[in-house]
Amino acid sequence: MNPEADYITIASNKPKGKRPYFFNDPAVERVLNITMAVASELAVARERVDTLERILEEKGILSREEIETYVPKTKAIEEQRQTWHSEYISRVLRIVQQEMEELANPDKTLAEIADDIDQM
Amino acid sequence: MAAKNLPPTYDKIAQHAVFPETTHDEKARYNFLANLNKHLAHVSQGNATAYNKRVEPKFQEEHGRTFENKDELKEAMEQDPHYQIWSALRRSTMEMRQQAGRSLTYRQALDLKEKVDALNAGKDSLVLNKEVAVPSYLKAVDNHLMPGSYHTELFEGDVANAANYDGGLFVTTAGLLGRYSDGGGQAIGDWLLTNHPDFKPKRILDIGCGMGHNVLPIAKRYPDAEVVAIDTGVPMLRYGHARAMALGYENVTFMQAEASQLPFEDESFDWIQTTMFLHETGGKSIYNIMREIHRVLKPGGITLHIEQPQYTDDMSLYEQFIRDWDAFNNSEPYWSKMHDIDPKELMASCGFDPENYLHFGAKAINDLDDGKQKADEPEDHGRSPIWNVFGAWK
Repeated sequence: MNPEADYITIASNKPKGKRPYFFNDPAVERVLNITMAVASELAVARERVDTLERILEEKGILSREEIETYVPKTKAIEEQRQTWHSEYISRVLRIVQQEMEELANPDKTLAEIADDIDQM
Repeated sequence: MAAKNLPPTYDKIAQHAVFPETTHDEKARYNFLANLNKHLAHVSQGNATAYNKRVEPKFQEEHGRTFENKDELKEAMEQDPHYQIWSALRRSTMEMRQQAGRSLTYRQALDLKEKVDALNAGKDSLVLNKEVAVPSYLKAVDNHLMPGSYHTELFEGDVANAANYDGGLFVTTAGLLGRYSDGGGQAIGDWLLTNHPDFKPKRILDIGCGMGHNVLPIAKRYPDAEVVAIDTGVPMLRYGHARAMALGYENVTFMQAEASQLPFEDESFDWIQTTMFLHETGGKSIYNIMREIHRVLKPGGITLHIEQPQYTDDMSLYEQFIRDWDAFNNSEPYWSKMHDIDPKELMASCGFDPENYLHFGAKAINDLDDGKQKADEPEDHGRSPIWNVFGAWK
């Protein structure tokens, strides 16, 4: 085997012994683990941005003060930035929106729709 | 609930010629995990609150009495939502730690092997012996969730898990063991120097040395002693020896040998040390190992063992339960059972005179300690660098 070629799989191998689950529903635990991995990667990206800012400041390209006190210069920039937030939040909380849509307009199951379609 | 003190950044870890290289993001990932570990030490304090405020009162109400044993208490705590989220997060953090370490060491596994081989070539201070088998208690489990444990080589000469261990320990302990993660070895070395300044060991044996992080500070304090460090994990020995070479140690021999069949003559060592080793052995082996230690130790010599606290009748059932967490959920299965043993009886049954029994507490010596590290730090059972030491003079 070539470990360096397979390192992505090797890194996530399971250790010996059945994995303990702590929540009454293991599915909750699965989602938590995926969420924490994503949280980790957000922290990594945040640290990278911080590194970039500090290097740019050291090189005199910008100052962190400029970043902290930055205010969008035009209405268009303001809207671009707020749109990004809006889209990001909507993406993260997608399931909540879908549950509200379902609540407002109770839907048929796919099995029911299949039966309907069978008659069409 | 933010941590009152911050773990050192990963770049503070001691580097050496065989240390795995890390990218910016690999270091950042470790910084996140060290902080998460520290944060969870605070979250763990909620377990005691949950126990006192709702788990124990509810049991009391339903049964008209409190818990009589650990199993009853465990069953009730496992239904508590705070214990569930803390446990799930802690398990997840341990798994992420292994994933982060193995992704960075296995991507450079061939380079690591080459660097280690170059430092080990032609040195008689690395003694490997293919006849030595890995004990069944080590093959039965991957201690602290490291897939493949200490002994597995995914290819000939693989040392990636040893390098993963070297960097990862700093992250799991949030730097509380110091730059070389050797706070235990430093503490025991200082204890002996301070309390027994006239004791001049000529030969020192370290059993279950792993990558040698705790034996090196001992070798440093006794530069005239011949130090032998044994283990059955070949990747750990190869890496540990290369690491010791890289750090300039010349008085340590790394040897593949098994603790219950020591390849040494009777009464041939002045000091025999184990550090966080015995809880990774087994119920019968621990007695075989202690008998071997007694056989190989010189009269007038000392043996010392750094471990987590034993469970005594004074320790509350709750504390025993929470200390057991690592045994079952961080794959250190003998941890719980070993801590039920009375170490004085263990040693007496293996030939040591109870009159010469020793027992004291030790705290890691941390070269990163800036005085802010310990302020208001909650005890993180099983992780805090506060240990019990037991042993005996022969």
